[in-house]
Amino acid sequence: MARLFDIRLLTIAGSLLCLILGLAFPWSKTPIIVGLCFGIATLGVAAMVRAGQVSFGHAMYACIAGYTVAFLARTWPQLDGLLLILAGVGASLVAGAVIGVFVVRYRGIFFGMLNLAISMVLYSMIGKFYSVTGGTDGLRINRPTLLGMEFERAGFETVLLVGTLFAAIGLGVLVQRYFQSASGEALAGIKTNETRLEYLGLSARRVLWNGYLFSAGLVGLSGALFAMVQGLVTPDMGSWLRSGEFVFIAILGGSGHAIGAFLGAAVFELVKLFAAAYMTGVWQMLLGITLIVVILVAPEGIIGLLMRKSALTGPRSGIPGRQSPTRRAEH
Amino acid sequence: MDALIRTEDLSLSFGGVVAAEGIDFRLDVGERLAVIGQNGAGKTTFINICTGFLKPTRGRVWFDGKDVTGMEPRHIVRLGLGRSFQLPQLFLEHTVRQCLEISAAARQGKLSFLKPLARSVDAREIEHTLELVGLRERGSELASSLPEGQRKLLDVAMALMLNPKLLIMDEPTSGVASEDKHDLMATLMRALDERKVTSWFVEHDVDIVSRYATRVAAWIAGKVAADGPPAEVLASEAVRREILGTA
Repeated sequence: MARLFDIRLLTIAGSLLCLILGLAFPWSKTPIIVGLCFGIATLGVAAMVRAGQVSFGHAMYACIAGYTVAFLARTWPQLDGLLLILAGVGASLVAGAVIGVFVVRYRGIFFGMLNLAISMVLYSMIGKFYSVTGGTDGLRINRPTLLGMEFERAGFETVLLVGTLFAAIGLGVLVQRYFQSASGEALAGIKTNETRLEYLGLSARRVLWNGYLFSAGLVGLSGALFAMVQGLVTPDMGSWLRSGEFVFIAILGGSGHAIGAFLGAAVFELVKLFAAAYMTGVWQMLLGITLIVVILVAPEGIIGLLMRKSALTGPRSGIPGRQSPTRRAEH
Repeated sequence: MDALIRTEDLSLSFGGVVAAEGIDFRLDVGERLAVIGQNGAGKTTFINICTGFLKPTRGRVWFDGKDVTGMEPRHIVRLGLGRSFQLPQLFLEHTVRQCLEISAAARQGKLSFLKPLARSVDAREIEHTLELVGLRERGSELASSLPEGQRKLLDVAMALMLNPKLLIMDEPTSGVASEDKHDLMATLMRALDERKVTSWFVEHDVDIVSRYATRVAAWIAGKVAADGPPAEVLASEAVRREILGTA
């Protein structure tokens, strides 16, 4: 109970902070929404990390969802924002279902690189088909209505901020439930013993495909929200650098609990904002140093460190191949 | 009586190496078979073929009256054939209790997506099984923290959670200290008896074989060289010469 209470408190405090900051400093709405979008995407990547699989191409689902939003919004400008988001998620799910059939046959580096390869094909195609996709310039999206209501830019961002915040909380709870369900635990079982899964009468590929589809949907939702708040989609949404950022955040935040994705995203955005303001030329170095420190001090990520510090570490809270130092000490 | 598992002319070669050659074999309900043989005799290969891990180059396998030749392991498992391994196959980053819970959830055929694992299975059954294999005190510990003997027990317990008709155990006492082997086997047999599971285990220790098996099959160079009651098989000249080294 104490652990749940801590995480609930952290969630409430973080949510209030996002709202207060966003309302008090309007310029911060966009970075906060973007940070939440990154957190949602990282939830998807973290699901794969739990299965011991690191995808370096998952940003393609954000890109697919983003472009779906852009195409639909440009073709039918009267479409509501909520419908556009749902359509974006739907497109990423369809793509995830098809691509998943192929990639779940592979493990480890092959899984990661195959995802990367497919995302690079998509990235190139979007860049080359200028007449359809706008090439590297991307596509602008006019501000749609939200639930039938028209908003000015400030109001639109406020509604998006609140909506994204609620979506993030809801999805965090949903993902945590999934992690603790039979499907989620079987997914984690892929990391340590696929043979046993098969000898329990389960298809390891099917278990991984389910998880992959779930993760594609989450990353897709983040892409649809990202496209809405930016009002612009570009191929960079699906670049390998963006996929790498998701993995970076997943390791930074830790995959022991769903909230780790948002903690990682918050630190990532803060470091980027700080670096943009004060250390423009060396922001990558600052991010790199942050990750090195986290890996050395807290290999199970920020959430793992927090749980360990409160001596309430769960049974599994590590990055792939690493066991919680607390657990090692216990045994 | 219908055979629970039956093979006909089962053969498998790896290049020029014959791992199984024309094996005709059957095991009936209620039997407790010990398979003996030197390393490389083809005991595990035979298990791997029967459980779908390897596909035979010739011959058929029937389990519970159904032809399972070449079927995937998970499909054979669903018919009621459980298996434990020489190297225990556990979910090392899960707790002992969670390993059993996943097994119990798998038995239901459909894994829940949102219901917590612990609430989607019968907690009393999990606790009873933990008690049965002597792991109740360690239920909350990671499977990776268990010593070898307890890993073997957990490996068998995970297979037992599926309520199999037949349980095949590949060297359940290997890697276990000799003074602990009998305790481990006694625990396993108690669990099997309670669930009325027909069993077949591979074993090198003659004392264990004599004490716990109702039937012994001796494997030599990919073939069944002797098959029958323990005293008879262990006394046969071929077994004493080729396997026990006492002739």
